[in-house]
Amino acid sequence: MLVSIYRYNPEADEAPYMQDYEISIPAGKDLMVLDVLNLVKEQDSSVSYRRSCREGVCGSDGMNINGKNGLACITPISEATKGKNDKLVLRPLPGMPVIRDLVIDMGLFYKQYESIKPYLNNNTPAPAIERLQSPEERAKLDGLYECILCACCSTSCPSFWWNPEKFVGPAGLLQAYRFLADTRDTSTEERLAELDDPFSVFRCRGIMNCVNVCPKGLNPTRAIGHIRGMLLQREI
Amino acid sequence: MVASITNLGRSGLYDWVIQRLTAVILAVYTLFLLGFVIAHPDLQYSDWQGLFSCTAMKIASLLALISICAHGWVGMWTIATDYIKPTGIRFLFLLVTAAFVFVYLVWGIDILWGA
Ligand code: SF4
Ligand code: SF4
Ligand code: FES
Repeated sequence: MLVSIYRYNPEADEAPYMQDYEISIPAGKDLMVLDVLNLVKEQDSSVSYRRSCREGVCGSDGMNINGKNGLACITPISEATKGKNDKLVLRPLPGMPVIRDLVIDMGLFYKQYESIKPYLNNNTPAPAIERLQSPEERAKLDGLYECILCACCSTSCPSFWWNPEKFVGPAGLLQAYRFLADTRDTSTEERLAELDDPFSVFRCRGIMNCVNVCPKGLNPTRAIGHIRGMLLQREI
Repeated sequence: MVASITNLGRSGLYDWVIQRLTAVILAVYTLFLLGFVIAHPDLQYSDWQGLFSCTAMKIASLLALISICAHGWVGMWTIATDYIKPTGIRFLFLLVTAAFVFVYLVWGIDILWGA
């Protein structure tokens, strides 16, 4: 199988380039893209990428696979090459500074995540044991808490490409709503006030690239819609 | 919270609501005009003149005019802040847009209510 990989070492290369590798895939096996990358690494140990859990849990191997963002470890090559010719093209997640090859600088992504204060705030006296939630209240967090911060969504969002320092991006906004929806959090008003400007939330143009790529099947666009609804309710 | 002084409303929510509201107004106005044209197969200048000389139509036209100005500004502002990064060029672009919006507004009012 022909594997084409984006190579860039800022210390040695003047410009990024694509390098091709011929990898023999064991017959009758549908490897994951990460397995193929590991085979490439055996051939050329200078190829750099992040990975850790190799089972879609840690979120470190988000990359652009044949034009679509996804986690290399849970994307089978059959799926990646479906409807295309038998070639695998791997690039770093788009729109972010490249540190080396497939490794990007996630600084801005984390900064936006931090900006939505991703932790529970509660200024009422703490109960003796724990703050309880009813099963219904807890159910509101489903589809939100599962995010592994892989950045596949935000780096596929054109609004995030153009304004990564002002638009929170789908991943951050999904988490913003996760804490807005949590009945144990008492800072709803402060959170909403922070999001009311023309960029943080409202730069989302409903393109839904984020929904299309999320490896966890989450729906940031819906969460963004809920935030808009809360902002609207607060002002009417 | 991201600060901005050039957007239309006080907040992102304002701009968002204005954009949607004006879109509805413009759609209704356009559909009405289209319907009028279809309902008058052999449209004469006098029909057209008659339509626009009634006060209700003038009010509706002014509403549509203001809507187009607001809608245009929010849209152009969004395009400028997405795609034009150098501050000077963006400022110039917004200035030209503002000038156009202003001219259209005054000119439009003059056409509707002028002698
Ligand atoms: S929402 Fe999905 S794509 Fe986005 S960071 Fe979370 S897990 Fe990744
Ligand atoms: S729906 Fe919004 S957040 Fe998602 S990709 Fe589109 S613009 Fe970005
Ligand atoms: S290596 Fe952990 S998500 Fe792929």
